[in-house]
Amino acid sequence: MEIQDTAKPRLAGKARLKWDATREKNLLLFPEGVLILNPTAHAVLALCDGERDITGISKILGEQYQTEGIQKDVKEILQRLVEKRLVEV
Amino acid sequence: METPRPFSLLCELTYRCPLQCPYCSNPLDFARHTTELTTEEWKRVLTEAAMLGVVQSHFSGGEPLVRKDVVEIIGHAHEQGLYTNLSTGGTLLNEKLAEQLRAAGLDSLQVSIQDSDAVNSDRLAGGAPSFEKKIHAARIAKEAGFPLTLNFVLHRQNIEHIGAIIALAEELGAERLELANTQFNGWALKNRMVLLPSRTQIEAAAEIVHAAQKRLKGRMEILHVLPDYFEQFPKPCLYGWGRVFMTVAADGFVLPCQTAREIRGMKFANVREGSLEEIWFRSEAFCKFRGTDWLPEPCQSCPRKETDFGGCRCQAFLLTGDATATDPVCSLSPRHEVIARALAEAGSAGSEQMIYRNPGESLKNLAANI
Repeated sequence: MEIQDTAKPRLAGKARLKWDATREKNLLLFPEGVLILNPTAHAVLALCDGERDITGISKILGEQYQTEGIQKDVKEILQRLVEKRLVEV
Repeated sequence: METPRPFSLLCELTYRCPLQCPYCSNPLDFARHTTELTTEEWKRVLTEAAMLGVVQSHFSGGEPLVRKDVVEIIGHAHEQGLYTNLSTGGTLLNEKLAEQLRAAGLDSLQVSIQDSDAVNSDRLAGGAPSFEKKIHAARIAKEAGFPLTLNFVLHRQNIEHIGAIIALAEELGAERLELANTQFNGWALKNRMVLLPSRTQIEAAAEIVHAAQKRLKGRMEILHVLPDYFEQFPKPCLYGWGRVFMTVAADGFVLPCQTAREIRGMKFANVREGSLEEIWFRSEAFCKFRGTDWLPEPCQSCPRKETDFGGCRCQAFLLTGDATATDPVCSLSPRHEVIARALAEAGSAGSEQMIYRNPGESLKNLAANI
């Protein structure tokens, strides 16, 4: 199932974001697993509060990073995490 | 290369357990290790682990819920910023305890069940009724709001029920289902004749699991761990010895792997004698097989050496007598014939008699270490 621009993503109950001070990386933790997040993925996930939709998240990031056309990347990142059931829409 | 820091700590809070599963991963001589770490010692271990770089903590046993301080210990792990998993047999879980665990910050709960068939599940767990309590525990965990994982260890005595096992997990609303075939170390190796499935059984089960994975995609994650006896190459033992994982056993010994105590002659350090950091970076056991420099041939010149790290050290020791040997499940191992022989013998005992994991049976085994 492809996620829509109007979807309002939030982290799954089992997943937690964590700043790893030892490795200086942002992590996504879940049962028996760890994802080391790149800065973009972390920025996207930090905005997933179940209130903002994908268009809204992309707009904020576009302004923050002064780039256009970021929505496609945002959707790709979220699509992968939805498939892993770490993000719910 | 710089030594990596561990991501994951397994805390085997106790070796005590009301169940007696014949494939238990605890050491054969578990009943000789009765001096459990205290609450304060576990808290110190968890504080040190977080400082060392651990981000995942996993609490198991034995049965971790036999400890009265389990909520306090998990609460402390949570306060250190660790993700917390609890793996229980379920028979001691009740509503109040589930709520206390939730309030303490437990992130994820796993209940192990021996089979979808109640009679067989009880038989595999040692005889006393436990199946109904496990089902009840799974429901309690769901009601308390936990993401529920169900664990089934697969073997000759339950693998043909795989369809019913998946259906049971669906009915109980599990988020995750772990279908791990038995790893034949320790107790499972003792019972291998009765537990090792046939290739036909493995293939039939794999087909059912694949179909279910497809059907349940996005609803229930199914992790299927195949038995390495049927594979061409070994499992990547721990994703590298002393690289990602560490285990602290009930009595405080720090193990690179929960079954490492099977390796006779290997010396382990204890958290009562040193910090977790010293033990991780400098103890004999952790340094012994770290990296790939120690690998024998044919591993040393093998293009897969960074993929599977020579396979499982415990299995190499148990099946060849030499912990530095290539894991004999590898088709390139000079000792691979021991696997073929085991496969040929499996199921030929003509009996379903198993040696159960209990203190009486345990004490028949000589102390392996320390």
